Amino acid sequence: MKPNLGVDIAGVHFKNPVIPASGVYGFGKEYESLYPISRLGGISCKGTTLYPREGNPPPRIAETPSGVLNSIGLQNPGIDYFIEHELSYLKDKDTAIIANIAGSTVEETVEAVRRLENTIVDMIELNISCPNVKEGGVAFGVSCDGAAGITRAVRRATTKPLMVKLSPNVTDITSIAKSVEAEGADAISLINTLLGMRIDINTRRPILRNNVGGLSGPAVFPIALRMVWQVANAVKIPVVGMGGIATWDDAVEMMMAGASAVQVGAILFSNPLAPIEIIDGIEKYMIDNDIKTIDKIVGTVKPWRG
Amino acid sequence: MNYICGAFKVTDKKQIAKDIYDMRIHTPEVANIASAGQFIHIKADGFFLRRPISICEIYKSDGEIRIVFEIRGKGTREIAKIEIGEDIDIMAPLGNGFDILASGSKAILIGGGVGTPPMLELSRIYGENSHAIIGFRTADKVMLSYDFAKNGSTVQVCTEDGTTGHHGFVTEPLKEYLKQENPNIIYACGPRPMLAAVIDIAKEYGIRCQVSLEERMGCGVGACLGCACRTVKDGEEHLTHVCKDGPVYESDEVIL
Repeated sequence: MKPNLGVDIAGVHFKNPVIPASGVYGFGKEYESLYPISRLGGISCKGTTLYPREGNPPPRIAETPSGVLNSIGLQNPGIDYFIEHELSYLKDKDTAIIANIAGSTVEETVEAVRRLENTIVDMIELNISCPNVKEGGVAFGVSCDGAAGITRAVRRATTKPLMVKLSPNVTDITSIAKSVEAEGADAISLINTLLGMRIDINTRRPILRNNVGGLSGPAVFPIALRMVWQVANAVKIPVVGMGGIATWDDAVEMMMAGASAVQVGAILFSNPLAPIEIIDGIEKYMIDNDIKTIDKIVGTVKPWRG
Repeated sequence: MNYICGAFKVTDKKQIAKDIYDMRIHTPEVANIASAGQFIHIKADGFFLRRPISICEIYKSDGEIRIVFEIRGKGTREIAKIEIGEDIDIMAPLGNGFDILASGSKAILIGGGVGTPPMLELSRIYGENSHAIIGFRTADKVMLSYDFAKNGSTVQVCTEDGTTGHHGFVTEPLKEYLKQENPNIIYACGPRPMLAAVIDIAKEYGIRCQVSLEERMGCGVGACLGCACRTVKDGEEHLTHVCKDGPVYESDEVIL
């Protein structure tokens, strides 16, 4: 019998636990030449704000050992365009739709979320962790008070399942996780990128025009895995794990650490087929190990004691 | 947008100038749909980001494409190590290519350094109706001049240090040429200062001009918004993305 790869997170059904992460997948059009997005468990759309944002000046991308720095700066067409054009495109794609929402202020964020209330969006992913914008973004995500405050306000503004995406650029990620759980978050996703930098030694200029940017890719995987494990042990709500997942066995590790599902980001730059290979790899692992359902993997790491 | 991703055989490879490599790849699906000015996104073993390299020639009947690229860093050095018979992992064809005018139209092809290869496919298309002006730093970097000639293009080679051909930039021969001839379009690819100078000259003579741009790139397909570039449309400035909106732009759209 084929294993069942389906997972339910905060009442939303995902046909498998693999979701392209926000920012690497646009709104789902760009990879359809390679495979139908109906293969995916869900899609986390590009971070969207109430008003359109132009993003940061180029260069926005720098390669690193086993990873990439980016400083896109939340370039997006704004929530109304997202609803009218992108959501209508995603309507019949038979995959769960996660809207990733950010804002410079609590009010802006709340208003953007409010406008999604009567749309086909399945889940809100509140982005309090973008390291590339001056206001908002990570500013909310680096203190318990900031994270709690915006989660409380957004919670009141929507009846849709609410997932909060956490920043790793904090002293104790579990305390932030507990704060957003206490304010009614239905799920937590982590990690966003780690703040990093590169310098061109010939020009003595940072490669990124923004000087600093967010690091992602396999380089950050062990950090992400550790943080997912810590957070999954600290909260009762489901955790969606991401950060440097490149292969199906990374995804299985992430689920064993406590993630109910995984998001796949930077690896798309190297291998645009990675989400499909990961889904197929998880399925084969389940068959080979006689595992019928994903919940027999999630959180099953057996830590050393004593 | 229609592209594929996969591993394909390298069927020919040689070094044709200092640090310049010439490769043919057997990929009928790509050859069938590719057009002049598009690029391929190549996986370099051991590196995280792919390297965008423009398509130099398309051989539809052989099911092959040709790329000519320079070793610029560790990633392209790795790609240059791929031998005949081995696989190369590519996403292709990507981006928007050059507009091709009605047959009989006359074109000038301007290539600066490693911006020269994408001009060669245009030379195949325009043949005797094209004049190529290609510029390099020095003689041992000169490439493809015989290939242009073989296609029927007239060719002028320039070097900055005067070690061969015209001593100086491509702009002087371009101006000289335009005093006598009246082409329908100028195509250019190369360093930004060269493009800026060519665009100015095209404007002065009232000739349509298309340029191909480069930017640090992530996904290659328009999803990550990494390769942003400032452009103008209908008098308004917009950020567009080199991988999806470009790499080819009308000269009056770009801000260099």
